[in-house]
Amino acid sequence: MPDQIPMVEYLVLGDSPHLEANECTNCGARFFDRRNACASCSGREFTKAAIPTEGEVRAFTIVTPFMPGTDPYVPAVVDCGGTSVRANIVNTPPDPEHVTLGMKVKLTTFSIGADTTGTEAINYGFEPAN
Amino acid sequence: MANDDIWILGINMTKFGKHPTLDSVDLAAEATLAALADGGVTMKDMGVIASGNLMGAAAGIGQQLQKQVGQTGIPVYNVANACATGATAIRTVIMAIKAGETDMGLAVGVEKLSGAGMLGAGFGAAKSDEWTRTGRYGAVSGLEGKLGTDMMPGVFAQVGMEYGHKYGGTSFELFARISEKNHKNSTLNPLAAIQKDMSVEQIMAEPMIAYPNTRAMCSANSDGAAAAVIVSGERLRKLSLEQQKRAVKISASVLTTDPWEEACQILPNVNTLTRNAATIAYEQAGVGPEDLDLVELHDCFATAELVHYDNLMLCGEGDAVDFFESGATTRTGSTPVNVSGGLESKGHPIAATGIANVWEIAHHLRGEAGDRQIEGAKVGLAHVIGLGSACGVHILEKSGL
Ligand SMILES: [Zn+2]
Repeated sequence: MPDQIPMVEYLVLGDSPHLEANECTNCGARFFDRRNACASCSGREFTKAAIPTEGEVRAFTIVTPFMPGTDPYVPAVVDCGGTSVRANIVNTPPDPEHVTLGMKVKLTTFSIGADTTGTEAINYGFEPAN
Repeated sequence: MANDDIWILGINMTKFGKHPTLDSVDLAAEATLAALADGGVTMKDMGVIASGNLMGAAAGIGQQLQKQVGQTGIPVYNVANACATGATAIRTVIMAIKAGETDMGLAVGVEKLSGAGMLGAGFGAAKSDEWTRTGRYGAVSGLEGKLGTDMMPGVFAQVGMEYGHKYGGTSFELFARISEKNHKNSTLNPLAAIQKDMSVEQIMAEPMIAYPNTRAMCSANSDGAAAAVIVSGERLRKLSLEQQKRAVKISASVLTTDPWEEACQILPNVNTLTRNAATIAYEQAGVGPEDLDLVELHDCFATAELVHYDNLMLCGEGDAVDFFESGATTRTGSTPVNVSGGLESKGHPIAATGIANVWEIAHHLRGEAGDRQIEGAKVGLAHVIGLGSACGVHILEKSGL
């Protein structure tokens, strides 16, 4: 199996891939980016919090790419047990018949290609739970 | 007029659209000279300039403008605040007047955008030979299209979809009908970039940009400028009766940013900062949403217009769909919204937009809006929002003279 690297630092690979937020130890606010301080309370201490891998689509769009010949993609906001996550909806046709508000989804991971050393970058998305 | 009131003395917007032979300075100068003439004053009367040109923010549009229309040595504040840049320029002049530094100033915004395409983040860095982490997410590849979107059409599409998920009642067709209203309104506005009455069917058949927004439901990138001369009540009382009669009172001027809430760094929350700005503005002005004779709100996309009915409290919480369906926001409704045609047809030269919206309201309050005049208009509200985010709300009132 080739070496793997997560597409973003907050994606944890391994046997049970999941997302990991920086959670403010003072107020509980969660963030996925590198933090200087908390945007909610200005606290400086954070702990890692595992995010549930199942959620519900709270908002989505279907973007027509500018480049002809490339497939539409489906950016969405997924509510994972009270923490909002940004991702694409994948493994289902990109149309409003197959992607709907409130649909149940689950985290999935996939390769977006390898670099010259053979290391595969792994991205995540959400696919229909059923 | 009380000494500490703030008034618009002169205001102007250029035609929005394609101006291939004019540069940003030409457009800014055209709006500025016309606003000065409208107010019956000259550059020598100005004590301050606040100027915006988002795409050329490093170039100092204010000083470039001065070099064409009058270098009087007064302070220039070049401001940049996304799509709220124009509103920020107005606020900056108002703050200078309120601080007692001057009693009259110029706010100007200009943008050259025609042919710029859709705005938003790029597609990220090209793939390097070895995966390398960059940015605050430590991403090895550009996020656009791989983990959601930062492009404006997709962001604002999700904003409208989120509203639909929360309250129900939205559909592709509903959003298209909001766009239909604004395109219809544009046919009465000779300064609009696009004056084309479009049916719902035509709008829905346009190329899909980001579901549910088709091209006709997105703001039109265009060139344009707008400028306003702003004056204290104390100074206005020393001017002629005719100037006083045409002056428009700024009874509220508010700028907010987005307070932290769960999800706000996942999908920009354009709702709370707008609601906060509106709440403060209504209190400042001593008027309520029911008093508004017309509203120009930031319909950068059809999906955005819907949520701002609610955010500006033109309707009850969660009632935006019913409010629109009732016809309240049409030209002849109880709260006409975007009678200018809105950004979807009037155009959206970013830094000009927040002054052009104020111009539209002022035009009606002065009774000078011609074919599209809202009869008897006395109070209006202008709203803009820039992602990032910044929200500007101005409430304007007709002179009592
Ligand atoms: Zn905190």
